[in-house]
Amino acid sequence: MPVTNVLLCGVGGQGVLLAGEVLALVAAEEKAEVKQTEVHGVAQRGGSVVSHLRFGEGVYSPIVRTGEADILLAFERLEAVRYGHYVKRGGLILINDVEIMPGQIGEYKPYPTGIMEFLSGKGLRLQLIPAAAEAKALGNIRVSSLILLGVLSVYLDLSPKAWDAVIRRRIPERLLEVNLKAFQTGVELGRSRAEAAVAEG
Amino acid sequence: MTLTSPDRRMLMAGNTAIARGAYEAGVYFASGYPGTPSTEILENIAHYPEIRSQWAANEKVAFDEAMGVALSGKRALCSMKYVGLNVASDSFMVFPFAGTLGGFVVISADDPGMYSSQNEQDNRYLARMAQVPMIEPSDPQEAKDYVKLAFELSEMFSTPVLYRTSMRVSHSKGIVSLGERGENTNERRFVKDVPNWVVPIFAKALRAKLDAKMERLTAFAESYPFNRLEEGRSEIGIITSGASYTYAKELFPEASFLKLALTNPLPRQKISDFCARHEVVYVIEELEPFLEEQIRAWGITNIVGKERLPRSGEYNPDILAQALLGEQAVDDFTSEFDLIARPPQLCPGCPHRGAYLALKKAGVLVTGDIGCYTLGALPPLGAMHTSFCMGSSIGHAFGFELGGMDKVVAVMGDSTFIHGGIPSLIDVVYNGGNTTTVILDNRTTGMTGHQEHPATGMTLQGEEAPRLDLVALIRAIGVKHVQVADPFRQKEMFQAVQEALQHEGPSVILTNRPCIFARGEKDRPKTPYVIREDKCTQCGACQRLGCPGVLPGKEPRIDEVVCTGCSLCAQACKFDAIVLKGVV
Repeated sequence: MPVTNVLLCGVGGQGVLLAGEVLALVAAEEKAEVKQTEVHGVAQRGGSVVSHLRFGEGVYSPIVRTGEADILLAFERLEAVRYGHYVKRGGLILINDVEIMPGQIGEYKPYPTGIMEFLSGKGLRLQLIPAAAEAKALGNIRVSSLILLGVLSVYLDLSPKAWDAVIRRRIPERLLEVNLKAFQTGVELGRSRAEAAVAEG
Repeated sequence: MTLTSPDRRMLMAGNTAIARGAYEAGVYFASGYPGTPSTEILENIAHYPEIRSQWAANEKVAFDEAMGVALSGKRALCSMKYVGLNVASDSFMVFPFAGTLGGFVVISADDPGMYSSQNEQDNRYLARMAQVPMIEPSDPQEAKDYVKLAFELSEMFSTPVLYRTSMRVSHSKGIVSLGERGENTNERRFVKDVPNWVVPIFAKALRAKLDAKMERLTAFAESYPFNRLEEGRSEIGIITSGASYTYAKELFPEASFLKLALTNPLPRQKISDFCARHEVVYVIEELEPFLEEQIRAWGITNIVGKERLPRSGEYNPDILAQALLGEQAVDDFTSEFDLIARPPQLCPGCPHRGAYLALKKAGVLVTGDIGCYTLGALPPLGAMHTSFCMGSSIGHAFGFELGGMDKVVAVMGDSTFIHGGIPSLIDVVYNGGNTTTVILDNRTTGMTGHQEHPATGMTLQGEEAPRLDLVALIRAIGVKHVQVADPFRQKEMFQAVQEALQHEGPSVILTNRPCIFARGEKDRPKTPYVIREDKCTQCGACQRLGCPGVLPGKEPRIDEVVCTGCSLCAQACKFDAIVLKGVV
């Protein structure tokens, strides 16, 4: 089995590290070799955060190489650009449709435009995921992470059973139902997007 | 699934695995001081009731406590970041002269790449300097297993052992096979024996014994099975240890490996033979040429090391592939895009902000220290002007004063003050200084993730503890002018600074607001502030506080989700445009 390389990125406080942990636990349910690591600076929140996950055969290093990620899940638009070069040619970036203005210490810069055009110009496949809107529809804005993981799960060789087991284990009882629902919403969203992408060729 | 359930495979971070290793090795006592990337080791050990674990005031105290326990015949461990070992090195350099009775392991967590550190330092040299064996794991499974190896070595040779981990090993996860806790059967106990335990008087004789011990260890290293030989099919040999092994293993699947677990002392014969059997040998080690220089000193010439590989920064597979395989770097197209950085900032509602605003207004030179509050040096606050290492700011301020600088204020956090600031404050009083010190007392060890300390009233294992009374302590030191000030009341805070500066003699201000993440603070109900558009003149004063809760842009807005209602922005607004939500 070839090695699968996944990258999750976003802004500190968005739940990237927790999502990374859930993903790694799911991989650990089914795969013999799993390595995960994260890189973040000193900021408590608001800093750029990235989580690497690798599973398959012959996995020693926890670090995903640049140009080798099969898939990048970006919890925020600008962060998709920051880590875009980790994705292999023709690889997929799932982008959460969220903009978080960086806290700025110098001269004020507006939030950049043209992110999607820039990334697709680099030969990367993109999918914009309206996780915040979907989460709002479910009545809890904080379940965005699980929606995003649901979309991601469509593209990974990890069984629904493993996802279900880990979510049940990792999410507190009182939030379990809405999170399971969020994950399923993500799965359905991911499936319809994947089918549409295939139809478009 | 709990940490104590045996015979399970479990996804674990390196630091969690080290804690598990301590449990399985039958460790009796563990101590340490928080510091990235080591902090989670002790935090996880604390979950095992079988191990008495505690935060110490500083790393030297942690080391000395563990030493006492080990000399009592029990297995003891202490854990710290690599600069912490600088603090503990006084004890660390002398302990080997006497040796230990119970197993003793000191963990040093190095930070190649300086993700959260003030310098880049290769602590492998300290093992050589102290003349102790050093163990280095490369992944979470080894992180767990090697704790036991370290204790076995310690007891076999009656020596302290340095266990060196790094950011990548400590903070990476992998699947770990768990074992059972083994009870320690070591029966040696301390007996009064002055020529062995009173080192200063008998150091000459003990030095000779230490040299002989290192010779025995060097011979032992030759056949140590965890210095693992992995025969490959190519002419390339690789000598490596730690996280570098995991990168090299994937890049050179055909090569032979000499993967070292014990990196001090080195097995000279084994390495020489390995080099002789291969056309070229890559020595792959993060940071300094620690292995390489020793190997070259033996006259071995077919090795490749720091002439191709970098000497600073963290390694990763890309760096090794470019240096050793001649691969081109992947096009990092981020430079073509106008990416805005996300610089670290003090949190919304951080009490340090209030202290810095007052100090900035006072126009003083601020000597700083190590903690979240180091971020006060960055714009727009720019209110801290030096920072080097733990506990230095008071001594630096006194020194600036003696050097003829005017209006100097030292800032230091509560945990840092207990760690290393108290002696320098004593010195200011003793030597007639005039220094003003601001203790940023946020009632936690903030930067490392909110650990308890002697002034928080709680121990590592969740027991209530006597709360160190910092005000009484500072008065007892002899500081006559001691004020407690609220950093969220700018007038009060600024006045306290002015009074302290005017006071003849040493003065101390303690701020009294807890960290927003301190115990009990997170769940406190908070009312955010909002900006009244009808009154806002867009002057930008609220945006110059460096608060992530005040969003940038021409029309300022407050992020109600993160605003804690500290009111500093409302106090900075000259137009009364910032009001508590729901109050008009």
